[in-house]
Amino acid sequence: MATLDRSPQPRSRRFIDAASEPLPAKLALLTLAILFLAFFLVLPLVVVFFEAFRKGFEEFWLAINEPDALSAIRLTLLVAAISVPLNLVFGVAAAWAIAKFEFKGKAFLITLIDLPFSVSPVISGLVFVVLFGSGSLLGPWLKSYGIEVLFAVPGIVLATVFVTFPFVARELIPLMEDQGSGDEEAALSLGASGWQTFWYVTLPNIKWGLLYGVLLCNARAMGEFGAVSVVSGHIRGVTNTMPLHVEILYNEYNMSAAFAVATLLASLALVTLVFKTVLELRFGAGNAGGRH
Amino acid sequence: MTTSTPAAGWKWRQTSVIPGFGLTLGYTLTYLILIILIPLAGLVWNTAGLGLDQFVAIATDERTLKALRVSFGTAFAAAVVNVVFGVIVAWVLVRYNFPGRRLIDAMVDLPFALPTAVAGIALTALYAQKGWVGALFAPLGIKIAFTPLGIVIALIFIGLPFVVRTVQPVMEEIDKQVEEVAATLGASRFQTITRVILPGLVPAILTGFALAFARGVGEYGSVIFIAGNIPYVSEIAPLLIVIRLEEFNYAGAQAIATIMLVISFAMLFVINLIQAWSRKRYGYA
Repeated sequence: MATLDRSPQPRSRRFIDAASEPLPAKLALLTLAILFLAFFLVLPLVVVFFEAFRKGFEEFWLAINEPDALSAIRLTLLVAAISVPLNLVFGVAAAWAIAKFEFKGKAFLITLIDLPFSVSPVISGLVFVVLFGSGSLLGPWLKSYGIEVLFAVPGIVLATVFVTFPFVARELIPLMEDQGSGDEEAALSLGASGWQTFWYVTLPNIKWGLLYGVLLCNARAMGEFGAVSVVSGHIRGVTNTMPLHVEILYNEYNMSAAFAVATLLASLALVTLVFKTVLELRFGAGNAGGRH
Repeated sequence: MTTSTPAAGWKWRQTSVIPGFGLTLGYTLTYLILIILIPLAGLVWNTAGLGLDQFVAIATDERTLKALRVSFGTAFAAAVVNVVFGVIVAWVLVRYNFPGRRLIDAMVDLPFALPTAVAGIALTALYAQKGWVGALFAPLGIKIAFTPLGIVIALIFIGLPFVVRTVQPVMEEIDKQVEEVAATLGASRFQTITRVILPGLVPAILTGFALAFARGVGEYGSVIFIAGNIPYVSEIAPLLIVIRLEEFNYAGAQAIATIMLVISFAMLFVINLIQAWSRKRYGYA
């Protein structure tokens, strides 16, 4: 087949690539795709920044540098700082158990890990209202020890952990399955302990995939709305996260302030996308077929 | 569970020199049970405690039925639109080389990364009658925001990456020689696409459709801003759950949530079936 080298194909006007569409069809498809993406992806992003700065930078800054907005930012950061590490540890443990070992019921376990993706965010919040509400067994018992779960930070963290549960595991399982266990077996046979093998062999192998999973997990944790909305109780300055703060401002017809806070969340999404693209291009991390 | 080869005897796991199986699986299961399974089971258990009569009364309530119909109808319409445009977008990204392709490829993931509430207010601003896009349709007498059409718009936004990202990797694997063979044998380009390429993409398209549909049915954040939320008309099921909760009607909220859970688990099951079938028939999932 060496004689069929295709690269030095002379650029003749007569040459027609049989495995490609004619130029007009190509242009039509390209235009259609770009118009569709412009209307559904680009314009929404542009409008967020446009509305936020419509009344000038001063208004924008006032909306962000305001006690309720600042407390919402702090709470969002706090919730992400608790829930992302929890799911990070879980994701690594689950991927280790699933990718490095063969056991019965593995496919079922993976389905269970994916479960939160197919649960409506509202239901993800509702399950904790049912579990810790005043009519439940746990709620009043915890309350007698002075622990509030609902309409307080623990409830928001639980709902966020539930919603972002599969992200890190989903990213690591296929990656670690592809890598196999050869490196680990070599390390172990050379006398490394289990922990040494993990720290010096496995972790360097999976670090970019891990970072990628953490980024997606973090974006969702900071942006979660439905689940958090159900458990938070919307107490201004106390249990309001940034997305909830955006909703309150919006419902008060305080549009420029709502969009100002929204730009922070949109910027977070953009930063996540940039990191994600860089990781994919440079390290081949991430499986494009993932569900998020 | 008992299908392992009799010669090997029944073993629930293969022996391995790698340590940490007990620790990691134990941790995984404990965490899974505490965070996911107990809360979900609690919801189903409480709903079961309602009794059949009360459950049926809530499930067949006019407002519940209408809300479920709005949720499933709009999610279905949006998933259909996403299949058509998602396949075109994936095709353009895989096959054509044009300036800005990388940027557009990265943008497709925006709905995964953008918080739903932000998407909701942005789409509302855009598709309201005075918005940039809404103003184009207003003279035609078409109202988008605050109608069921607005819900479809929001769900198209939310579901698009599911279709593109499931179809795209499969398209990348298509061997161009097969298309050249088809062309050599006298097929027109249109015939090659509809009879050679598309059939192999069907499982991926179905999976993408099911994922976008499932996500759309449960979606809340982006929808409530643009929907108008008129009972019986543009009120989605997740919103009705929230409304019942705010009325302290826990029985109502739980019953609707359980119905939705059962349906989404059924859809998850169907997605797994499609993937198992596709693995068998086409060698990819």
